[in-house]
Amino acid sequence: MSIYLNRETRVIVQGITGRMAQFHTEDMLEYGTNVVGGVVPGKGGETVHGVPVFDTVKEAVEATQAEASLVFVPPPFAADSIMEAADAGIRYCVCITDGIPAQDMIQVKRYMMRYPKERRMVLTGPNCAGTISPGKAMLGIMPGHIFLPGNVGIIGRSGTLGYEAAAQLKERGIGVSTSVGIGGDPINGSSFRDILEQFENDEDTHVIAMIGEIGGPQEAEAAAYIQEHVTKPVVAYVAGLTAPKGRTMGHAGAIISAFGESASEKVEILTAAGVTVAENPAVIGETIASVM
Amino acid sequence: MDIHEYQAKEVLSNFGVEIPAGALAYSPEQAAYRAREMGGEKWVVKAQVHAGGRGKAGGVKLCDTDHEIQATCEDMFGKKLVTHQTGPEGKGIYRVYVEAAVPIDREIYLGFVLDRTTQRIMIVASAEGGMEIEEISENKPESIVRSTVEPAVGLRDFQARDIAFKLGIEPSLTQSMVRTLQGCYRAFRDLDATMVEINPLVITGDNRVLALDAKMTFDDNALFRHPQISELRDKSQEDPRESRAADRGLSYVGLEGNIGCIVNGAGLAMATMDTIKLAGGEPANFLDIGGGATPERVAKAFRLVMSDKNVQAVLVNIFAGINRCDWVAEGVVQALKEVQVDVPIIVRLAGTNVEEGQKILAKSGLPIIRATTLMEAAERSVSAWKSDISPNLKAV
Repeated sequence: MSIYLNRETRVIVQGITGRMAQFHTEDMLEYGTNVVGGVVPGKGGETVHGVPVFDTVKEAVEATQAEASLVFVPPPFAADSIMEAADAGIRYCVCITDGIPAQDMIQVKRYMMRYPKERRMVLTGPNCAGTISPGKAMLGIMPGHIFLPGNVGIIGRSGTLGYEAAAQLKERGIGVSTSVGIGGDPINGSSFRDILEQFENDEDTHVIAMIGEIGGPQEAEAAAYIQEHVTKPVVAYVAGLTAPKGRTMGHAGAIISAFGESASEKVEILTAAGVTVAENPAVIGETIASVM
Repeated sequence: MDIHEYQAKEVLSNFGVEIPAGALAYSPEQAAYRAREMGGEKWVVKAQVHAGGRGKAGGVKLCDTDHEIQATCEDMFGKKLVTHQTGPEGKGIYRVYVEAAVPIDREIYLGFVLDRTTQRIMIVASAEGGMEIEEISENKPESIVRSTVEPAVGLRDFQARDIAFKLGIEPSLTQSMVRTLQGCYRAFRDLDATMVEINPLVITGDNRVLALDAKMTFDDNALFRHPQISELRDKSQEDPRESRAADRGLSYVGLEGNIGCIVNGAGLAMATMDTIKLAGGEPANFLDIGGGATPERVAKAFRLVMSDKNVQAVLVNIFAGINRCDWVAEGVVQALKEVQVDVPIIVRLAGTNVEEGQKILAKSGLPIIRATTLMEAAERSVSAWKSDISPNLKAV
């Protein structure tokens, strides 16, 4: 088992004809991801790496029974593409796009609520590296070879810092059930808490690793959830100990603007909830190994 | 993106928020002239800088005559105003706003923010205006009124009335208060703001609701659809290195330390800074060069980091995923041929083809200190900086 994504999951790529999307579509196909189609308005009928392109998500879903979508659409149009996916019955959507206006994301979140829970799309991202179930499939832009299949579930905001953690695990021969990037934006599709719930219920995930950073309430919300509902060991690292207050550190969401948003406060809150916190990024792998 | 008080007032007044009479000036003479033109008996001269806390720092002065205005402005223009929000270097005063003084009955705090918990626009108000919101939430948390806006229907009048009643606004002023709240909300929503703050919003002696101060911040990601807001950008209020970096597609934040950092990815960049701190050093900057570490980007990054005179060592930490370490290493070597770097350089590569990358660095003949783990890289950077071995390590 794994969460969100496995070998059979039928995937479409929105914005597939773009340079980056083409590159990563090829990479995902090579990894074994079941990419069944692409969507670009006005380019229906073309193919990219042998994958048929459709004009609308609805057409793509009708023709391919796609269940998951990867959004590679430029920021001004990305929110629209996510809503189109939600409307067409896509169950799981990953948005890679960095730079979507925050109020567009407010609308996306509101729009998704239109659908009853049992057919509501799950969104992860935007501004993330994607999701991978190692050895099965990947939906994103990460280098697949740094992940071994295994039993650690990873949830992270940052791409390369997540790779760092996965590489440290690989070095120790420790594998990953699924790694989910939730992205660095202030308004995102899924929170740490949402993914923790999935991992708690996934029998192949034995340990959960959370890689957080400064800014926003989601690490603290996760801590409260862990205390109440999570029985599996949880390890966390929070980046940004040296980040000054009130400055945006690269990710639009990485800014300390309220109490509980600094790295040291988040570490304190997570520790109090029983989470094992890695003191520095060089020992994330070691810390995960210590709780297994 | 931040804008000046006078700009925020103009924006908000176009949405129906009432503001006092005022005029902008670019020189002391102009300030005095504009006050005469405006008329009245008392004026407030306000330094236009992108920071709060201006009053306490001497950036807001009450004046009785046009001579006094001119003298006050002569003291302000060209100076750096240092407030608790500007950092020790302060922000330059190149514009002042002259405003007719108004009789004040009550001061109210009013803020609109993007609330990350509810993922909606939230209104935060308090009857304890004049103080900063941090002070209010510390000293008078019970005075804070909060209300979130349902995005499908926008701010409803009943919500605005509810806020007015909770603030204890006189019934005869409820309508003015609703108009003010709706104006701020529409400005926030229509122009993609991330923050609107009116502190204080005042009830005047003659029963008007006026925005005495105004601050607005806009979502950089949404500026593409608001060219009229982009025009309000004032580069004199930005850190020159940060705006130069932004213009080149790099994300840079200057800090106080002396170990420069060049990293790909925001999370990894913060983690690298943290590791330097743990190793006993202080990072000089945050710098995310983005996913693809091309030679051009690495060279730009070196130029940027070396423009900070405090930098005494540079740590390059690249996790090569899709792009390979050998390619990144070639980029670093090429960049160091273009950019003169006369401090120790520590390079840590990880990810795809790491051995080939290390070989390229070793063969280059450049005095690069190599490291394999993040901790090792941080420790070597700190010891390189402490032992000050730079004269022997001149890179060409």
